[in-house]
Amino acid sequence: MSNVCHGGRTIEMIETAASHTRTERDRREIMQGISKETLRRMYVDMVRTRTLDEKIKEMLNRGFSISEHSTLGQEAGPIGACAALAESDYIMPYHRGWAWAIGKGMKPHILLAELLGKKTGYNRGKGGPHLGCYELGILGRPGVQAAHLPIAAGVGLSMRMQGLDRVCVAFFGNGASNNANFHEGLNLAGVWKAPVIYFCENNLYQITCTMEETTACEDIADRAAGYGMPGYIVDGNDAIAVYDVTRQAVERARAGKGPTLIETKTYRWEGHNPIDRNAMGGYRTLEEIEEWKQKCPIRLMEESLLEFGCLKEAEIAVIKADAVAEMEKAAQFAIESPYPEREEYYQDVYAD
Amino acid sequence: MGRIITFSNALKEALSEEMARDERVYLIGQDLKYNVWGVTNGLNQKFGDGRVLHAPISENGFVSSALGSALVGSRPVVELMYSDFLLLAADAVADEAAKYRYMNGGGAFRVPMTIRAAGCGVGSGSGAHHAQDLEATFIHFPGLKIVIPSTPYDAKGLLKTAIRDNNPVIFFEHKLLYGTKGEVPEEEYTIPFGQAAVRREGADVTIVSWGYPLKKSLEAAELLQKEGIEAEVLDPRTLVPFDKEALRASLSKTGRLVVVEDGVKRGGVGGEIAGIAAEEMLDCLDAPVRRLGAVDAPLPAGRYGEKMMVPSVEEIVGAVKEIV
Repeated sequence: MSNVCHGGRTIEMIETAASHTRTERDRREIMQGISKETLRRMYVDMVRTRTLDEKIKEMLNRGFSISEHSTLGQEAGPIGACAALAESDYIMPYHRGWAWAIGKGMKPHILLAELLGKKTGYNRGKGGPHLGCYELGILGRPGVQAAHLPIAAGVGLSMRMQGLDRVCVAFFGNGASNNANFHEGLNLAGVWKAPVIYFCENNLYQITCTMEETTACEDIADRAAGYGMPGYIVDGNDAIAVYDVTRQAVERARAGKGPTLIETKTYRWEGHNPIDRNAMGGYRTLEEIEEWKQKCPIRLMEESLLEFGCLKEAEIAVIKADAVAEMEKAAQFAIESPYPEREEYYQDVYAD
Repeated sequence: MGRIITFSNALKEALSEEMARDERVYLIGQDLKYNVWGVTNGLNQKFGDGRVLHAPISENGFVSSALGSALVGSRPVVELMYSDFLLLAADAVADEAAKYRYMNGGGAFRVPMTIRAAGCGVGSGSGAHHAQDLEATFIHFPGLKIVIPSTPYDAKGLLKTAIRDNNPVIFFEHKLLYGTKGEVPEEEYTIPFGQAAVRREGADVTIVSWGYPLKKSLEAAELLQKEGIEAEVLDPRTLVPFDKEALRASLSKTGRLVVVEDGVKRGGVGGEIAGIAAEEMLDCLDAPVRRLGAVDAPLPAGRYGEKMMVPSVEEIVGAVKEIV
């Protein structure tokens, strides 16, 4: 992880399958290849994600029951990846945070309603944190770690069978890469040259367990080599770097060249979830947390956009205030929404 | 007398017809091109390798991938070489496929997937990991449909229905049935789920049985007839949905119930059916219910040993005589 420089003038990409070949690309040049609209949207969505997370935290403090795994510190990865996708592409998220939801276009008020189990939620209050939205190409978020990795392989297989050029991005954490489903899923995707991007956010911990305790390799991307796909390591706090590597993986997938494993190095600022009391100075040192907070993905994006001239200093406060107002309204909507009627809980077990 | 074909060929016909009818249907499993059960051989030549996929030894992985493809428009038919391997794919089947639609609030989320749980049951002496009857394990999970044919006619008609269903279906195939023969018409037909078949009529006792054990129940009924006892033998054909009407109709005639399965009796399907009868049809019952199933032990290897574990024809006769 120390190999990855953060927020410098260049973006570093290490191709692990080819014995850690390092590519440094000019950051400004990459930004020039992205529309200003997309760059701004990425920034705004990162701010909205963080604000949503803070709103959820506030709701938890007020006593609402929400299954929450904080996004704080990990906004850049899924936002950067989703920005590199077409609307018709698919994603399969995992438990960590809400950047994937905002990045793929979920509306915070419907999302929050779902998290509260309300009938106005995306899944009529029955999925809760394990939710999807077919219309947005969000194909569900199983509550079982890594379960979606072979499911995503099948999504990719079906795209090839149907001759569609859609890709599927499956997000997961470093811990899930130790599960059989990771290995079975990546092998299947590799065999089928399925248009799937396996996107691992390595935040260095598996709840309270360290990489050393649980994972027999330092870089998850190294595992790609066994499954016939390239593996890349990028700075997960740099949305531009994530966008760039994802865009390349998407191109590769659409061209029929098969899957890619991307590993981002990142860090969660908070505990695994609200009941994780040992995240601050327990299994992680306060120094380590502080060091990562210095690499704030939103601040980095802000600085990049200001320097690049597609964001003005005065706009930042407006964007943040808008996000606060949006999330307040969203929370209000969710709180005021009704629960499903009793009989609605018994529906949708079987399709017609 | 119509055309007579084997159970294996009836299944093959169902697959072939559905693959021809709907290009979204594809097969995935191990050794399908050189199939141990004689079901899928030749289908790759007919439909191409792109629709008959060989899978690695990754049961949870390839069942999950089938589910993923089903979500976005494909209609996979998975073969698990032995139904025991459902346990290897238990998360994909019971946690993901069964719950996917519900957790995602219905709508466009559908899982049209058939899992052929092949080679189930005792009969080849293949031991504790290759001979279990696991219907009971999977009727427990809402969201799944559980089908278990006992004749070539049913094998074809039920498999076609399974493939056309928009839900995950587990289709149990008993290993001793593949070679059995029966009448299968050449014309197109399907068999709806949830409709039991009366395999033998009788007024004294109802024996509920399915799959291969049904044959033992029918043999027992023959022996009982010699002693003046007329047994009705009811084949549910699908355990989920279960045809309660047919059970009630039979019990209202006989007043006595024996359930026969080769799966372990404790926590078995027999308990569920007996429970339905006790809760909802006590007015029909004139005697205690009898359940027959495998003993509380893993299956030994070898044909001799496994016979010691599951109900014999004599035991079925004995159970009936206890309550008639």
